[in-house]
Amino acid sequence: MGLVNPDFTDRVNRPEGFNAAACMNCGVCSAVCPMGIDLLPRKLFRYVLLGFEDKVLANSETIYSCLLCRMCEANCPAEVNIAENVRTLRNYINKNVFNI
Amino acid sequence: MPTGATIGILADNLKKRNSVLPISTGGATRWARGLDLPRGGETVIYTGLMYQLIPYIAAMSKAQGKVEDSWLADLVGIGRYVNKVVNISAFMAIPPGSMKETFNTMLANIALLLKKAGVEMGYLYGEELYSGALIYDLGADAVFEEHARKVYQSFKKNKVKNVITVDPHTTNMLRSVYPGIIKGYDLNVKSYLEVLFEKNIQPVREIGGEAVIHDSCVYARYENMLNEQRALLAGAGVTVKEPRDSGRFTLCCGGPAESLFPKKAVQQASKRVGQLKEAGCNVVTMCPICYVNLGKAAGSGIAFEDISSYLVRAYLP
Repeated sequence: MGLVNPDFTDRVNRPEGFNAAACMNCGVCSAVCPMGIDLLPRKLFRYVLLGFEDKVLANSETIYSCLLCRMCEANCPAEVNIAENVRTLRNYINKNVFNI
Repeated sequence: MPTGATIGILADNLKKRNSVLPISTGGATRWARGLDLPRGGETVIYTGLMYQLIPYIAAMSKAQGKVEDSWLADLVGIGRYVNKVVNISAFMAIPPGSMKETFNTMLANIALLLKKAGVEMGYLYGEELYSGALIYDLGADAVFEEHARKVYQSFKKNKVKNVITVDPHTTNMLRSVYPGIIKGYDLNVKSYLEVLFEKNIQPVREIGGEAVIHDSCVYARYENMLNEQRALLAGAGVTVKEPRDSGRFTLCCGGPAESLFPKKAVQQASKRVGQLKEAGCNVVTMCPICYVNLGKAAGSGIAFEDISSYLVRAYLP
């Protein structure tokens, strides 16, 4: 079980930033990920949309391991901006955890 | 490596020293010696220091790799505080001179090719700044945005209108990322490969042979640039061989993981080297990060060359 932080989703969201509502959880992104990151991005994005901040932060290494290569985006049927979403999460962690 | 401390050091360096890793003005501009490039001008070649920084990034990564799984990695956290006062990354990242020479030659080749194509361009020399690409990728947006404005101001101060970039990451920053954060951004940005293609540069000889092409993810999927490099190689008489996962679906070299996870970067590079070896033994790259990261995992039986090295042999007398 995770702890829901009701403010988390709003704090991650930026006008041009996080957008995963179109994700249909098909798993193509995970299947084609060259790093073999099976968590990214479908579960991770769902955690954000549901407000599970602790689960997102527990997966920091995964978030920073992403190559931002956009292989997932090139194959995503819902045209989710996956790499920019990952970058947005990095920005959130940098600011709120690492004080950068 | 401790993620926060490593990003912190790189971001602090960009903020305080205008570059993620220390590089002297002399070191950054040495490639242009003897090329008689005028200072500034309406059209400039912009290296974004990427080729020049690669030897330093590789040296830093090597140092990180040695301590990645040891107790020494914990000291990086303390290092961030020390680095604010003393530039410790200068001690960690000392590249061999031969490597610096290799990348300087690539830049000189690019400038010579542009001249051959009839491009009149200047160079900002010591005023040229790093684009901030690594800090953008790592998500330190506040630091990046402040730096991007400095870079833009350096162009405006020199009355630059057209920017010719030399690598995919810098091209993407200036063409696709900066316009989203800088109000009134009006620079016309093109990669040198696009410029050479547009200028219809003519070869002086056909060099022949085969080359396996490794597309950069950024050119292929961020900038939709797939034709120019192939056309220029074909014009040089090179038979371009496509590996498994090429073009828009090119497989990443792993380089973007290097600053935080050097071992993961090499693992990914090994996968890609395996695919490239299946297609042939001479590989052409068009990004300095791909070049160095794939080279680390190459082993025997495969050779990498930057596309500029191929092009000079065919297009210059």
